[in-house]
Amino acid sequence: MGERLLLRGNEVIAEAAIRAGCQCYFAYPITPQAELLQHMAVNMPRLGRTFVQAESELAAINMVYGAASAGVRTMTSSSSPGISLKQEGISYLAGSSLPAVIVNIVRGGPGLGDIAPSQCDYFQATKGGGHGDYHMIVLGPSTVPEAGQLTMLAFELADRYCTPVMLLADGMLGQMMEPVELPKPIEIGSLPKKEWATDGAKGRDPNIVLSFDLDPEVLKQMNLILQKRYRQIEAKEVRYEETATGDADIAIVAYGTVARIAKTVVKMARAEGIKLGLFRPITLWPFPSQALRKLSEKIAMVLTVEMSAGQMWEDVRLAIAEQAETPFYGEMGGVIPTPQRILSEVKKHAG
Amino acid sequence: MPVDVQDMQKIFARPDSLTDAKSTYCPGCHHGILTRIIAQTIDELGIAERTVGIAPVGCAVFAYRWYRCDAIQAAHGRASAVATGVKRADPNLIVFSYQGDGDFASIGTAESIHAANRGENITVIFVNNQVYGMTGGEMAPTSLVGQKTTTTPQGRDPKLFGYPIRFSEMIAQLEAPVYVTRQALYDTKHIKEATKAIKKAFTNQVEKKGYSLVEVLAACPTNWKMKPIDANIHIAKVVKKTYQLGDLVNRG
Ligand SMILES: Cc1ncc(C[n+]2csc(CCOP(=O)(O)OP(=O)(O)O)c2C)c(N)n1
Ligand code: SF4
Ligand SMILES: [Mg+2]
Repeated sequence: MGERLLLRGNEVIAEAAIRAGCQCYFAYPITPQAELLQHMAVNMPRLGRTFVQAESELAAINMVYGAASAGVRTMTSSSSPGISLKQEGISYLAGSSLPAVIVNIVRGGPGLGDIAPSQCDYFQATKGGGHGDYHMIVLGPSTVPEAGQLTMLAFELADRYCTPVMLLADGMLGQMMEPVELPKPIEIGSLPKKEWATDGAKGRDPNIVLSFDLDPEVLKQMNLILQKRYRQIEAKEVRYEETATGDADIAIVAYGTVARIAKTVVKMARAEGIKLGLFRPITLWPFPSQALRKLSEKIAMVLTVEMSAGQMWEDVRLAIAEQAETPFYGEMGGVIPTPQRILSEVKKHAG
Repeated sequence: MPVDVQDMQKIFARPDSLTDAKSTYCPGCHHGILTRIIAQTIDELGIAERTVGIAPVGCAVFAYRWYRCDAIQAAHGRASAVATGVKRADPNLIVFSYQGDGDFASIGTAESIHAANRGENITVIFVNNQVYGMTGGEMAPTSLVGQKTTTTPQGRDPKLFGYPIRFSEMIAQLEAPVYVTRQALYDTKHIKEATKAIKKAFTNQVEKKGYSLVEVLAACPTNWKMKPIDANIHIAKVVKKTYQLGDLVNRG
């Protein structure tokens, strides 16, 4: 501990991955996550670990599939269009119960979009994205230091639940520089051995990694195992943060960079005597529905603010139902909402 | 005269590395012969305890069942990338991918070429049967000019669908691969040669020499709509004209 450095979000994620014991990293260059790749290119070989610049995002995610099968901690990173290419591989990781970390530094879409920060990949990250009945844990950091902490957590959760975990951060977080205290490196040797890994059938029966069975009854059982795990994750791993909600009459729901801007809005509103609070989901899947529902029971209005056309908004409305008013304000294409604009939306809907 | 079993000598046995899982291949299919050769090679090199096989999507999708070693079933076309991931995670493992021509030379083109170009120290077995066996005999990139398939009912017209792709020749242009060869299994002589080639391809990896590719011209009697014996003759007389047998690279 105690190492305080001024670093960019992308570098912090890369460094945290190294400290989390990531032994193999595979990726294809794309803006705005290039610094992540470059940090890994310099530092992984120095530590005797694997860095491969893959020929595509498709190749990168399948290299992750291989390394995860062999039992090491492994990661890939990209931005929106590249993450679309990884979807088949993510579905295979989920289907094969393989732990892996995928970082999406989200940019404006659809299509080639732009390279400005966005939250337009929320649906893709939290609702499946690839084919099949699966979920992955999705973590949404809101500051550079938190990006580091959640990267460490991503590796832990991936191993604990044998599942892909996504760190979903917008381009702003990737590029922003903040002072951070880097997390303490873990001891790779202290990690429990993965008994299921395909690391050579020495003195044991062969291990097989696969995501299919042609017998519908067997595949149903494989699916039920996944569903059971998802219920466990929903019960144990929900994370969120509430700011100034104790006496609040109204609240904003926002994650990532927008939540950070919303904190400023809370201060501005309070200075004007408006009792505004902030509810910030940290796990986007599992979504903190119960906690949000509870909050909505004592307030009149919950304004969702996103850098998208209203993707998380669907989960907010599902959680709150008719309990409170649920207006929405969003920006698209990489436009970042200003505190002033958010505050005027708050006032508009607060009546 | 009755023979005492104790006097009999066992001259042919199932390789230790070959499981007794029930085969899913059709009669006369060369996937079966190839499976046995690989298992025998694993036995001979004594590497079963550190071998990881990568199964493709295709008729060989069940390849993870055939060998007494660890195995991974990969997405269609991505076996060479998955093999890269395993090998990089633990270079002491012996990693081989087993891929059909649709898998390796069509949907997996990029992964196949770049694993070779990086000189990954892996062994790739590439099964060229000139069709998509599993999905019902559609055209493969390797289908011969004029070949009738379920998606080229009039025969492959190169003006519309291109020419049979000589993928091993493409890989042979790269600097990294140490061994690239094309083999066949239509008679005992060729089975013996293919066996030697496969052993060399695995030995190269054990000796950390680098990337080895063994392309095998294989029969798919079912989708070629031929009797197994005719399928063998077809390879000897016709297929071999498009795909010449022999070593393309041998830097071992
Ligand atoms: C992404 C994707 N596309 C298509 C398929 C369907 N598919 C399964 S096997 C196959 C072709 C296999 O042909 P080949 O690789 O030549 O193997 P063979 O069966 O001939 O041994 C296809 C297209 C799939 N499983 N996944
Ligand atoms: S369809 Fe062809 S390739 Fe597939 S198992 Fe049958 S003979 Fe072999
Ligand atoms: Mg084929």
